[in-house]
Amino acid sequence: MKTLIKNANIFQKGKLIKGEILIERKKIAKIGGIIPINADKIIDAKNACVFPGFIDLHSHLRDPGQTYKEDIVTGTLAAAHGGFTTVCAMPNTEPVTDNIASVEYIQLRAEEHGSAKVYVIGAITKQSAGEEIAEMATMKAGGIVAVSDDGKCVQNARIMLSCMKYASNFGIPVIIHPEDYSLAGKGQIHSGKVATKLGFSGIPGLAEEVIIARDIMLAESAGAQLHIAHISTERSIELVKNAKDKGLPVTCEVTPHHLVLNEEANLSFNTNTKMKPPLRSEKDRLACIQALKEGIIDCIATDHSPHADFEKEREFDLAPFGIIGLETAFPVLYKNLVQTGQIDLNRLIEALTIAPAKILNLPGGILAEGKTADLTIIDLEKETLFSAENILSKSKNTPWLNQWFPGRIMCTICDGKITYLDSENG
Amino acid sequence: MTSKPQFTGRSLFDLDDYSREEIMFILEAAKGMKEINLREYKKIPTLRGKTVCTLFVENSTRTRMSFELAANRLSADVVSFQSSISSLQKGESLQDTVYTLNAMGIDLYCIRHSSPGSPQLVNKYSGKPVINGGDGRHSHPTQALLDIFSIWEKLGDLKNLKITIVGDILNSRVVRSNLIGMGKLGAKVTVCGPKTLMPSNMESIYDCRVEFDLPRALKDADVVMGLRMQLERMTEGLFPSLEEYSKHYVLSKETLKYAKKNALIMHPGPMNRGVEILPEIADSNHSIIVEQVANGVAVRMALMFLILGGKV
Repeated sequence: MKTLIKNANIFQKGKLIKGEILIERKKIAKIGGIIPINADKIIDAKNACVFPGFIDLHSHLRDPGQTYKEDIVTGTLAAAHGGFTTVCAMPNTEPVTDNIASVEYIQLRAEEHGSAKVYVIGAITKQSAGEEIAEMATMKAGGIVAVSDDGKCVQNARIMLSCMKYASNFGIPVIIHPEDYSLAGKGQIHSGKVATKLGFSGIPGLAEEVIIARDIMLAESAGAQLHIAHISTERSIELVKNAKDKGLPVTCEVTPHHLVLNEEANLSFNTNTKMKPPLRSEKDRLACIQALKEGIIDCIATDHSPHADFEKEREFDLAPFGIIGLETAFPVLYKNLVQTGQIDLNRLIEALTIAPAKILNLPGGILAEGKTADLTIIDLEKETLFSAENILSKSKNTPWLNQWFPGRIMCTICDGKITYLDSENG
Repeated sequence: MTSKPQFTGRSLFDLDDYSREEIMFILEAAKGMKEINLREYKKIPTLRGKTVCTLFVENSTRTRMSFELAANRLSADVVSFQSSISSLQKGESLQDTVYTLNAMGIDLYCIRHSSPGSPQLVNKYSGKPVINGGDGRHSHPTQALLDIFSIWEKLGDLKNLKITIVGDILNSRVVRSNLIGMGKLGAKVTVCGPKTLMPSNMESIYDCRVEFDLPRALKDADVVMGLRMQLERMTEGLFPSLEEYSKHYVLSKETLKYAKKNALIMHPGPMNRGVEILPEIADSNHSIIVEQVANGVAVRMALMFLILGGKV
């Protein structure tokens, strides 16, 4: 089976160059220029751009246990619809993915029914309860790419130190969701102007910062590789910068929503502006953009967190935290950061592809001969509407519902197979 | 601004949405209602055939009674829904509750709820006007209107009046709404309390003055308002004891020396005598604490009358 992509603007080495791509046996057989060949299938890119398939280090696929919110089939369909070919599944499923059997379930489901490659992240502690080390070495042998108690945070420093030592023993990166429970309390939104005005308990930046400071020190002492999930404040960035300047193996990610929205979005009482960490101040948001530009923030991750309508459609402080992100990530960032000139397209693509791949040592993230054919075709001129009908995720909890964005994903190919094809792209 | 503000069908979520002129219009209407409340037969037929629902998802006997009395005196039918005796606690959502109530033909909702923003939800689900009777720590606009009415009745125009509010500012929806309303009428408001009970960014949000020292806060005040200090704040680690709090923040003859001589004394109730206010002040000639309660009924009557388009 030979597939030829014609009339493409291929993204290679930071440039968009007109050409064709030949896909054969899951791999890119040839790339660039005109490829004279009798292909079995021809995809006309119609001058749209071809990027490496996006890689998400942070998705909640909710499978097993909460499949009314999302499952592996719909979660990976949403990924493909957003241009992603690889997603890392967070372990806060029900039951928690803290053992090899649970890891294998996700891998098997994804292999058989998925529209994207799924790498599993195992729990740090059993049931993510923050007390006993999970069987991470066994899970590592079974293919997990990192450990995390995401959604929760190991509060006890002695236990965290022990987990980090154990993880480093087996070469497993540790991903943290930095949140000090005593400081976060019953907070609903960022502790700032808007929380004061609306009378909500606040989640101060400090709740994130003290754990980042602590875990950088613990990781240094344990010799562990540390990745900080969804960084959101200026001071957190400063802590990561200091760690990097020291040469420590510390990386971090930022979500699209922390790059695009600030606490003011909460003024509407829209529960789709409620997530952890909360939307921060404008100063924090600008610091995130700057740090992404400078590379202090390594990559972008979606923190795709589906919740059903009936859970989100209620009183603000009774609604769960989190929004979906796989389908909205690229269009939202392209419109708000690239079109406004705050980030160039190269850096955005890098932060969605090769940068996350490097952090967890995943394949992909690059378009070149001999590489796996993971790619996405995006028409930057065409717009896309995030309506409940168009969103392929089971859940529709996004603050950008019913809004139009440029950067329509026309086609996504994973392992040489079409995983998403826009209806306008016969 | 048109000559006569339009209120029919509007909700009152907070005073943000109401202009100075509209607030003054409500005060004038409340003045008329107060006269009715002083009659022997305290009832007018203006809202006959309308149905008002008090939807209280947080306990409050006083505010609910005030709303219900207001509706009764305008001859509206009143139904009451309380969370403690309702299906809300069995897990029925607010949305379903409102759909159910709405099917019974409610014309106006008066809601109290511990979640900020829930009056907006009730309005969204019902399509009917909603009066916010207190949503979490967010706002309590009818209390602010009755406070403003009480001051206006005694001292006239609020412009440049010095008003000092003392106590647990962090947890007070009364303060937040008063700051908006009093600010619109040109008053100079100072808020005072211990730093642990003072939310951040107050000055930049409300154009008020923040003081941690009581004598300085009270200096030359025309109006002094105390707030209820709740014992729970102690277990939350926000202050060490009621005794120590009282030592620094109680309204007493001693501390009120710093305010103007005839300063009005106010309190939204219920009071903790001996904690935030001493009886010598609460019961003094300048105290209008009891009158505030009476004015509450008048202000709520005025709002219902205006929102439901009552005929004189």
